[in-house]
Amino acid sequence: MKSGSNLEKILSAGKFAVTAELGPPKSADAEVVYKKADILKGCADAVNITDCQTAIVRMSSIATAAMLISKGLEPIAQMTCRDRNRIAIQSDLLGASALGVKNLLCLTGDHQKFGNHPQSKNVFDLDSIQLIKMVKDMRDEKVFQCGEEIKVEPRFFIGAAESPFADPVELRVLMLAKKVTAGIDFVQTQIVYNVEKFAKWMELVRELGLDKKVYILAGVAPLKSVGMARYMKNNVPGMDVPDEVINRMTAVGKERAKEEGINICVDVINQVKEIKGVAGVHVMAIEWEEVVPEIVEKAGLLPRPKIG
Amino acid sequence: MIIGERKPIQEILDMIGEHDKILIAGCGTCVAICMAGGDKEVSILASAIRMARNREGKPIEIQEHTPLRQCEWEFVDELKDKIKVSDTVLSMACGIGVQTLVERYPEAVVYPAVNTTFLGLPEEQGVWSERCGACGNCVLDKTGGICPIVRCSKSLLNGPCGGAQDGKCEIDPEVDCGWQLIYDRLKVLGKLDNLTKISPAKDWSTGRDGGPRKIVREDMKL
Ligand code: SF4
Ligand code: SF4
Repeated sequence: MKSGSNLEKILSAGKFAVTAELGPPKSADAEVVYKKADILKGCADAVNITDCQTAIVRMSSIATAAMLISKGLEPIAQMTCRDRNRIAIQSDLLGASALGVKNLLCLTGDHQKFGNHPQSKNVFDLDSIQLIKMVKDMRDEKVFQCGEEIKVEPRFFIGAAESPFADPVELRVLMLAKKVTAGIDFVQTQIVYNVEKFAKWMELVRELGLDKKVYILAGVAPLKSVGMARYMKNNVPGMDVPDEVINRMTAVGKERAKEEGINICVDVINQVKEIKGVAGVHVMAIEWEEVVPEIVEKAGLLPRPKIG
Repeated sequence: MIIGERKPIQEILDMIGEHDKILIAGCGTCVAICMAGGDKEVSILASAIRMARNREGKPIEIQEHTPLRQCEWEFVDELKDKIKVSDTVLSMACGIGVQTLVERYPEAVVYPAVNTTFLGLPEEQGVWSERCGACGNCVLDKTGGICPIVRCSKSLLNGPCGGAQDGKCEIDPEVDCGWQLIYDRLKVLGKLDNLTKISPAKDWSTGRDGGPRKIVREDMKL
């Protein structure tokens, strides 16, 4: 075992994994975190905690992760390269590990331009590949980035995000290969609505044998409305929402939109589950965490397996 | 070259304050070419200041002079007499020119009339864009001659982030994604292999992060 995390155990036992996502509050309110944790408990093997997503200041990912551990959930802390240099990242990772965090998602981070502090300075001392390499070397070589030895090393199950839909596709697959070389153990993809396109990407991934080297979790998310579907289609980079999905959302009308959004999400899960090389799903329902249990239940993924 | 942009007139008037004898010093090199601080811009600024001050009923005496370069001792020496009789100097050079005057004429009060913006080139008439961040450790050999430090909004060294769309950067649909440019260029060069190699964490100490930089060449010293 690399980290001994529950997620690692589930995946290495060959079980179809489920991860969920929890957005920390834009405040110091612990209750918000505990409420969301209650909702997600038992329906995911591990829960991602975003790190100031879209460059908006929120409660720290690692602090929130520690709160989840205290409630018996397993967190996947997220770490971006935007806000910290290699000194701060390594320091935070030592702390995270000491607090019991065992999974880490390594990200580049959204540019601060669209966040709530667009005048801030960004860091990007490392990029996500260099971050992955550093975290792996801390774990496997027991060294800091500078080469100095670490007596008690932080042991993380290392993840990355990848977008199967961004152009050019051959470059995206190459980026995944590079992340694998740098040292990831699992990858969570951008939200899949276009299953056909995702399946094609998986073909390329299998051709390179990457599915044998890392666990691939397909990202899924319930749509709330037609408006949200259109917005994602047009404004979110690397997102592909096919017309078929928009039509399904339109056809049911406003009152049943949420229900249909959940149905579509469940359908996508059932479809990606059948694609060779897909090891699990990552259910993203930020600020709508309460639907996660229903989705996971309807997809026939409950109860979550327990592995000692 | 160094690209700059003149500051708004109000900000410049506020700097001048109550002074009524000023010298506007331009520079005949980079900022002249990017039309921010050459002799033409010096005379335009001088007229604008005169007009504003006349309107306020506080006329001002303005001298104008544009040496070929404001960043070298021998060129700024020609400003000597004019600086002597002025109570403020407005420099329209880049930040380097301003500091050259400050160092050469420690008794003078020198203000910047130009914002020094970046190291770049004129892409076409009226359009300038950034090309180099002076990182002190050039990687252009690995990236097909396109700088990832300043042409990628996140200075990524190992390829694009997930934010690129249709070849544009996530920060602005008008901004090319630097890594798309690098990818396209490496493809043409038949060097896509470069992208599969992991670039290790960069040594930023050769850049601004290492503190004020200085090059001393004993072989060139007199
Ligand atoms: S790599 Fe460094 S030196 Fe080379 S162009 Fe970019 S910023 Fe300038
Ligand atoms: S979109 Fe391209 S240029 Fe913009 S930050 Fe990402 S990789 Fe860099």
